Amino acid sequence: MSEQIEVKDLKITAKDFVTDQDVRWCPGCGDYSILAQVQRSFPDLVGIKKENIVWISGIGCSSRFPYYMNTYGFHGIHGRAPAIATGVKVSHPELSVWVAAGDGDLLSIGGNHFIHTCRKNVDLKILLFNNRIYGLTKGQYSPTSEKGKITKTSPYGSVDYPFNPISLALGSGATFVARSLDRDAKHLQEMIKRAAAHKGAAFIEIFQNCSIFNDGAFDILTDKKTKDDNVLVLEHGKPMLFGANKNKGIIMDGAKPKVVEVGNGSHREEDILVHDEFDESPVLATLLAHLSDDPAMPTPIGIFRQISKATYDGEVEAQIHTVTDKKGKGDLEKVLFAGNTWEVN
Amino acid sequence: MPKEKEVQSLSEVTVRFAGDSGDGMQLTGSQFSDTTALMGNDLSTLPDYPAEIRAPIGTVYGVSGFQLHFSSNDIHTPGDRPDVLVAMNPAAVKKNLSELKPGATIIVNTDSFDRKNLQLAKYETNPLEDDSLEGFEVFPVPIASLTAKALEGCALSPKEVSRCKNFFALGLMYWLFDRPLDQTLNWIQKKFSKTPVFIDANTKALTAGYNYGENTEIFNTRYSVEPAKLPKGTYRSISGNEATALGFLAASVKSGLPLFLGSYPITPATEILQYLSNYKNFGIKTVQAEDEIAGITSAIGASFAGNLAITTTSGPGLALKTEALGLALMTELPLVIIDVQRGGPSTGLPTKTEQADLLQAIYGRNGEAPVAVLAASTPSDCFTMAMEASKLAIKYMSPVILLTDGYLANGSEPWKIPHVNELPEIPVKFRTEKEGFAPYLRDENLSRPWAKPGTPGLEHRIGGLEKANISGTVSYDPDNHDLMINLRAQKVKNMVNDIPDLTVDGDTEGELLVLGWGGTYGAIKEAVIKARKSGYKVSQAHLKYLNPLPKNTEYVLKGFNNVLLPEINLGQLAKILRSEFLLPIKQLNIMRGLPFRVSDIEDKIKEILGGNE
Repeated sequence: MSEQIEVKDLKITAKDFVTDQDVRWCPGCGDYSILAQVQRSFPDLVGIKKENIVWISGIGCSSRFPYYMNTYGFHGIHGRAPAIATGVKVSHPELSVWVAAGDGDLLSIGGNHFIHTCRKNVDLKILLFNNRIYGLTKGQYSPTSEKGKITKTSPYGSVDYPFNPISLALGSGATFVARSLDRDAKHLQEMIKRAAAHKGAAFIEIFQNCSIFNDGAFDILTDKKTKDDNVLVLEHGKPMLFGANKNKGIIMDGAKPKVVEVGNGSHREEDILVHDEFDESPVLATLLAHLSDDPAMPTPIGIFRQISKATYDGEVEAQIHTVTDKKGKGDLEKVLFAGNTWEVN
Repeated sequence: MPKEKEVQSLSEVTVRFAGDSGDGMQLTGSQFSDTTALMGNDLSTLPDYPAEIRAPIGTVYGVSGFQLHFSSNDIHTPGDRPDVLVAMNPAAVKKNLSELKPGATIIVNTDSFDRKNLQLAKYETNPLEDDSLEGFEVFPVPIASLTAKALEGCALSPKEVSRCKNFFALGLMYWLFDRPLDQTLNWIQKKFSKTPVFIDANTKALTAGYNYGENTEIFNTRYSVEPAKLPKGTYRSISGNEATALGFLAASVKSGLPLFLGSYPITPATEILQYLSNYKNFGIKTVQAEDEIAGITSAIGASFAGNLAITTTSGPGLALKTEALGLALMTELPLVIIDVQRGGPSTGLPTKTEQADLLQAIYGRNGEAPVAVLAASTPSDCFTMAMEASKLAIKYMSPVILLTDGYLANGSEPWKIPHVNELPEIPVKFRTEKEGFAPYLRDENLSRPWAKPGTPGLEHRIGGLEKANISGTVSYDPDNHDLMINLRAQKVKNMVNDIPDLTVDGDTEGELLVLGWGGTYGAIKEAVIKARKSGYKVSQAHLKYLNPLPKNTEYVLKGFNNVLLPEINLGQLAKILRSEFLLPIKQLNIMRGLPFRVSDIEDKIKEILGGNE
């Protein structure tokens, strides 16, 4: 007599990451797409069990993200997500810890935590939902809003200069720095998976459209008509070409990048700058971070740089092992009775 | 042959070492304390130093002091007024003279009484030569030049030689109070094991000081203080900060939970972070965070992940942690916040003591946000209360604030060391059962389940937004909010079942109860003992649980016609007790950045009891 063994397909799908909570973002918000791309890419994360995934957030529209992900989640307080996440990761290093944060949350009130998390190279995946506006408080300029922006708190134009988040992450020591677009589903999924595979502080700036308070902020990068001429897709080992027919490229003119035509006789593909995302030196990545400071230049998306470096959480763990090997496992009785003691009889 | 010197037996002595911040007075004082502890005396210490690391040399505000009270009896305070002052320079005399007992002994380093140092101390004439030290017994000793002479031939620079003079002074004090040199000699060996030249020099200085006492004609009398009759056991000398660190280490061992400390250095709490950073082989993780807020929020993250999570700070840091404390309360996660109180407000008096964070601890948050507040009463009690705080936090899935203060943190006393098997167990329950799980289910104590990430099937979300009871989903429902506020408050009230009743030392009813909380225990205790010796009937009770208060608190207070509550604040607990029990409370409030003097409290007792003698 043989027993029929039923083999179930245990493959996790995007649906397994959906919670029973109604998603409460505004219609047309870029956050929907980001949530969808995360849910679609997470089943493909290699070697990460669902119960080991934790999403941490601060305050803002994007910080509602953990409520919509069927993983462990923690909706924290304004700006503190990287610090909460650091505590989770350092104390429980087997977890895959993700941070969802907006530009106000991560770069204004939480700026200090962000730079120190990057500096320490804590093994966290930080997703910046950058819509360049304060959404949840209904439309004030943010630390990534362009100078001169007219908002409710800057009726005559803001006088603040914006942060360049990629440059800030690079300068703070993040070991994986990338950018993507809410509307480029395939590219965003790719970036999420690459960040997940990276060991160390991984940062993805996602240009995200706020349909209510800053609608169209990234249209030029997402509209079919304009995107080819304005988006430079960075790929490791490939020349930096863009344009509908890949007929434009970046070359270096001394220390300055310059756009040239390719294939019209003036420049050949071999002349074009080749991307090296693994470059130990941050020079190329920093240059690319500032490429679009010049409105005539394209905006890069993709991985600016990723390098391998011991993580903070890993080092904390390693030190515990080293000291325990050297001193032996801690004995409380010995510690209490250590030093100068005396007997009273 | 020097003539045989008289030995006079004393029951208790208060000594103060004072000198420049760079003179090594803290070291000298703690060495004297350690040796005195090893001799079996009961003791209590009070380090008192400026916030500046090396204030300008020779100035009054740069004077660093270390006071030590030791006795053949049970004692509870570092002493009101010193019997002996060791003054390394004129500024040390100037600063401390008014605090000495009438007729006190002053040992001065005469070498430093030159024009420059007298000017720096703002002395117009040399106090050793005019009548300003009249009424004191002054022993002029050229400590610096005697040290230099003892170290002749050592390969040290003049500056290095000068740095050894505190050991000469220490040696002299060891002779004067009949203490052996061994403990300090051993310490020198260990401390300078890599630089034998310093072992040699400091040993010579220490011995020279001792021999100077023995051989010189100046000192005719030495004193002995017999060992105290303490309960049987093994003892060590311990400071409040070290006891706090060991208490959390013990809580980690007894709960089986890894300890996580997120902290930002702040005086006078920093040492706890330093101590705990040493115990890596217990699996302790200490994160020196980028700021106070990251200190507590990283601890909240660690608590969510299933650790015994704590954060250490002082008043200004507690203010910064306020919002995050509300988050821990809202997410109902165990967390202990240690506030080593210092003089405030603002930066205040960083190195001095105060009790003025009580209201901040109990009430200082947005919304209805009750948390448990505990306070240690003596340096060694910090150990017990650290374990208590951990136990309550875990059992009730709730943040707990533990208050200590600068005096307890830096002061030390003999501690009868408990054996590990005598320490209370700390039970921990992690939820693993998937069936019927909801994040805000409640047990009989109203605590919610602790389900740590990594547990399959228990994926859930928590956060600072109001949650529906049981299901834990975000809820703006008006009735649910009202329910949750009441549940959170009730949870803290329920802790009363886990805390001991308030005990009374003396009669349980009568004319006067002196009530205290926190670090004032010793001063109140000694004042009550003294008043009783003068014939007054007075009882004492001391609160270690401020929120919730022990359930018999009202009953105890109502047994007395008068309740006197000395506090190093403007009457913060008095305010709470009045509003809670509608009782008149008499206050005694002195905020000098220092512990109460026993005499302050004793005088007040006598004032209240008047003719009851």
